[in-house]
Amino acid sequence: MVWTRDEMALRAARELEDGFYVNLGIGIPTLVANHIPAGLDVTLHSENGILGLGRFPTDDEVDPDIINAGKQTITEIERTSYVSSADSFAMVRGGHLDMSVLGAMEVSENGDLANWMVPGKMVKGPGGAMDLVAGVRKIIVVMDHMSRDGHAKFRRSCTLPLTGSNVVDMIITDLAVFAREDRSRSFKLMERAPGVSLEDIRGRTEAQYDE
Amino acid sequence: MVCKLFDNAGAALEGLLFDGMTIAAGGFGLCGIPESLIAAIRTAGTRRITVISNNAGVDDFGLGLLLQTGQIRKMISSYVGENREFERQYLAGELEVEFNPQGTLAERIRAGGAGIPGFYTRTGVGTALSQGKETRAFNGEDYVLETGLVADLSIIKAWKADPYGNLIYRKAARNFNPVIATCGKVTVAEVEEIVPTGDFDPDHVHTPSIFVDRVTRASSNEKRIEKRTTLEVAC
Repeated sequence: MVWTRDEMALRAARELEDGFYVNLGIGIPTLVANHIPAGLDVTLHSENGILGLGRFPTDDEVDPDIINAGKQTITEIERTSYVSSADSFAMVRGGHLDMSVLGAMEVSENGDLANWMVPGKMVKGPGGAMDLVAGVRKIIVVMDHMSRDGHAKFRRSCTLPLTGSNVVDMIITDLAVFAREDRSRSFKLMERAPGVSLEDIRGRTEAQYDE
Repeated sequence: MVCKLFDNAGAALEGLLFDGMTIAAGGFGLCGIPESLIAAIRTAGTRRITVISNNAGVDDFGLGLLLQTGQIRKMISSYVGENREFERQYLAGELEVEFNPQGTLAERIRAGGAGIPGFYTRTGVGTALSQGKETRAFNGEDYVLETGLVADLSIIKAWKADPYGNLIYRKAARNFNPVIATCGKVTVAEVEEIVPTGDFDPDHVHTPSIFVDRVTRASSNEKRIEKRTTLEVAC
């Protein structure tokens, strides 16, 4: 049985610690906000210049001047501060954020990440992804184990253009969790989804990893 | 006192527009964009513009209005995903695009406005966006040299201005506007409200008047929402 999108987000949320400042990417990473453990004080950062993101608004609360980096309407909370894009990325680049959760098309066994373009397809641009992986202290990737066309996404090396090289610390897929203690080490298989065997994972993973 | 106040966006841009110019525009998505000034540039018909802006608007709003009329030759941006006309022109080779990581774009604008011609950053090292750029190691880590950006004209949106051109932004509509304000040889701000001199607490001014040459009250504050997401929709 594979983990659902919500279960993957829940697993990523277990990496949060009290007092963390965190940036969540678009897609499954956004769902992590729904699973912040009670009692933990976590402040969410949005690239467009919000520190302290609230929940989605009710119809009455919608304010066009409050959107997140995914351009969705959002709300502010008591601790919120607004900053310029330059200050927002000073937080990112300067290593002030504790953790970021991002999606990926491919991750390599040495922690390279590819998630911004596919050659031959319309390129939309990197947005803030390259800045996040270059600056944030802990990078967690949440992605499906296999691509839609059936290829392993955790690979010996990335075939797609990189977002950053040697930047990923943890990979959460619908089948397994891989992590490494620091960026000089190799990834280790830490957890498996219920009923998923070591062989299942070996057969669906191109990367070398420790068991 | 030099009067910085102009009756409308067209008047505020008079004498500043020319073909082949570089214009830096504030905003993130459709939030905090100078919508009245963009409309006035469309009316003026300025051609072959290079635009520095994080995004490119949508098909029928924001900078998309200048793409519709073929007025933009090149975009310097970080993300342009929401615009079909952009895609068509780009694939047809009619439009040049220079992608920047978003934080690098913000810092290039900040640096340009602060008189800094270049800086080193970790962002983009080992990626296609650092190819051909100088890299240098500091404390054992590689960094890539990025250059400051300046523009012939900056157009920005703020919430309130006083007659001197001191500006206050509202919430996340601040985004790129404060740095864009600094990188233009001339900066024109459109605002929702012009307040009397002395109304601002000096501690609360976001962009000081020295960066702002002209101010006009926005004729349009549509503030279109790109992705209206509410609790009801999200659940």
